[in-house]
Amino acid sequence: MEKHRPKTEYSRRERFTRWCVGEYDPSAERLETRAPADEAARLELQRLQEYAANADRGIHHELYELGLRRRVGLFTRFYRVAAVLFALFLAGVLLLTVSYLPRFGDVSAPENNEVARRYIEKGLEETGAVNIVAGMILDYRAFDTFGESCVLFVAACCVLFLLRVDGQEDPRSQALEDMSDRFFEPRHDAILQMSARLLVPVITVFGIYVVLNGHLSPGGGFSGGAIIGSGLILYLTAFGFARTGRFMTEKLVKILTVSALSFYCAAKSYSFYTGANHLSSFITPGTPGAILSAGLIVYLNICVGIVVACTIYSFYVMFRKGGF
Amino acid sequence: MTLVQNFPFFSIILSMAAAIVSFVLRGRGSRCVHLAMVTAVLAMSAATLGCTAATGESYTFMMGHYPAPWGNEIRVGPLESAMALCFSLLMLLSVLGGLAHIERDIPPSKVNLFYIQLDLMLSSLLALIYTNDLFTAYVFIEICTIAACGLIMARRIGRVYVSAVRYMVMSLVGSGLFLIGLSLLYAITGHLLMSPAKQALAALVGQKSSAVPLTVIFVLLTVSLGIKSGLYPFHTWIPDAYGYTTPAAAAVLSSLVCKGYILLLVKLMVRVLPAASPAAGRITDVLFVLGVTGMIWGSVDAIRERDVRRMTAYSSVAQIGYIYMGLGLGTQWGMVAAMFHVISHGAMKALLFICTAGLTEVSGGRGDRMALRGAGYRHRIAGIGFAIGSMSMIGIPLLTGFVSKYTFAAAATGAAPRRMVAAWIALAVSTTLNAVYFMRTVLVLYTSVEPSQRRAKDYRPSRIENAATIGLILLNIALGVASPPVLETLSRGLAVFG
Repeated sequence: MEKHRPKTEYSRRERFTRWCVGEYDPSAERLETRAPADEAARLELQRLQEYAANADRGIHHELYELGLRRRVGLFTRFYRVAAVLFALFLAGVLLLTVSYLPRFGDVSAPENNEVARRYIEKGLEETGAVNIVAGMILDYRAFDTFGESCVLFVAACCVLFLLRVDGQEDPRSQALEDMSDRFFEPRHDAILQMSARLLVPVITVFGIYVVLNGHLSPGGGFSGGAIIGSGLILYLTAFGFARTGRFMTEKLVKILTVSALSFYCAAKSYSFYTGANHLSSFITPGTPGAILSAGLIVYLNICVGIVVACTIYSFYVMFRKGGF
Repeated sequence: MTLVQNFPFFSIILSMAAAIVSFVLRGRGSRCVHLAMVTAVLAMSAATLGCTAATGESYTFMMGHYPAPWGNEIRVGPLESAMALCFSLLMLLSVLGGLAHIERDIPPSKVNLFYIQLDLMLSSLLALIYTNDLFTAYVFIEICTIAACGLIMARRIGRVYVSAVRYMVMSLVGSGLFLIGLSLLYAITGHLLMSPAKQALAALVGQKSSAVPLTVIFVLLTVSLGIKSGLYPFHTWIPDAYGYTTPAAAAVLSSLVCKGYILLLVKLMVRVLPAASPAAGRITDVLFVLGVTGMIWGSVDAIRERDVRRMTAYSSVAQIGYIYMGLGLGTQWGMVAAMFHVISHGAMKALLFICTAGLTEVSGGRGDRMALRGAGYRHRIAGIGFAIGSMSMIGIPLLTGFVSKYTFAAAATGAAPRRMVAAWIALAVSTTLNAVYFMRTVLVLYTSVEPSQRRAKDYRPSRIENAATIGLILLNIALGVASPPVLETLSRGLAVFG
């Protein structure tokens, strides 16, 4: 049949004129704005939505039986007023305190002491990082940054612990889950998909650049990892779990996180051990400015970037679906 | 630098590495890794304690290639290593005691995540004990907070989520205040390491312009750590958080987590905030008053409570009050007594939570006092453990609680007369109240019941659980009988702490 259609039907101009008069809808049968639903699931969804809309008042009402306990209601009112007053008081005290602090940018301020001087004057020589901030967080104070990566790690574990859906769910609730996912994030959104196609590669490459160049220019593992993670989330939003599930599996996320953190742990243990025991270490600052310089910093940035990207992505999938 | 001096650093890194590796392991594997790691930390802390107690000196350990004001640093002395030893021992015994419950309460696919949280909890506690850097302390406070939240919601029942959210909100307020205090401190001193910060602060004390920021910083840091450790008016998260989660987590939370923050506060008081400033004196006043109030009100709340687990949790509020009362005395001995009570309360509370779990298990899973009638016959070792823990709490001689109370009372003689009298009265009242609710529960446990109710139906406690309970009982007795060397070590440790 299709082969015999007149050629004009394919032309853009023809489609445009037909769209103008309202005969043709380019998104028909391609864009899914709302998931097709059977009646029961639709009602269930409606109930969920109403529940969500009233949650703020409703849960509070149900939990504390506010209708029955007048005193609790009165206390809640008093509590709100007191909370606002206390917050204002605290803000006032903190503002007063700030007025006693040295002025911003004051040369004689206490923070412009020998610590900052050494970071600025000797940072490049000692760490090899042109970006002084990278030298500070990944060399002078690398233990803190390892702790920060572990904060992300433990937060990801906590979210997995709370939200990951394991084992056999009954098919009905799985179908409903799928439904509500499609309801809130419609599939095959042409505009979103086209922009994602254009943006995701750029975002990912930019993120990788920010990570790899972290020791040379502003940026580093934390910001670069966040950029890569947001690119992955955009891709997932546009194309759905079926596409991302092909490469971002739970196994991959686990392996990436564990190898990145283990490398960080091992490399920095070596560095701390040699440093504290005054042993010579084979890690050298290298040529400042080169991409493979600054000792461990570039590798540590990669590790932090991987951890941040994986954490952000797993937060998103856990809150949205409870699985990868 | 000798190998032993590296051990504190090894223990922190080892516990973090164990957490990282457990992410790809299954439940059994992560459990083995956790137990092996805690045992290794225990052994290393014992070696460090032996080394530092022999010399009686503390030393600093560079975390990296850069010395004090530029790089991170940890500092190790007799007090720190003694605390690390106790914390790892208590964590080992609590986890062993709650092992059977962990398997029951947590779905098998998520057991490794639970152990990750325990691993990181230990690493953050060790870091809080050893660190000599304010920002490292903040980072590990964050780890501790999130891991504690994970431990609170380990058991999948509705109440747990409410309590975890409440803990999260209050604890994050604490973190926020700590961070603000830390930033203000950095703004007026320019240092994040504790010893240089203290020198910078000492120079500022006399100046008029620094009086307001100093007071605000003192208040913010104290309040934030007070919230996190459950000091009296900020204690409302405690009963739910300890009352509903899995017993191992409850034991770890009550006996260790609060104590990590208290140790940090002591470290700030001794190592950072100059004693000469007027604000320091007022802070100890406030801590004393809040501690005394907590001692009384926590016990009153515990008497009102019917559920034994929540009652034990309220008793924690009272015991935290003891510790703050000791700090508020403002004397060296008051601090030694507080430090001893940190250890002693850990040993008592872990024992009580583990035994309560065993007792509720043989009473149809119900924790209220009526259901526990005769539970001491149904689960003998848990009954004995609970009785000993209660007696220790009340302060029967030869048990660790007695030594705590005695040391507090003795320390109060060195304080100002009004404080001394107030501390004695509070100790007497609180001890009486302790006796009311703990003895009442013990009597219920050993009320005579029909022979048919003297046997547990289809429940046999595992050997590991019994062994852990016996270990905790022995720890209570050992701390009670052999307290002089412990107190000696703690006071020598405090002398070189600052």
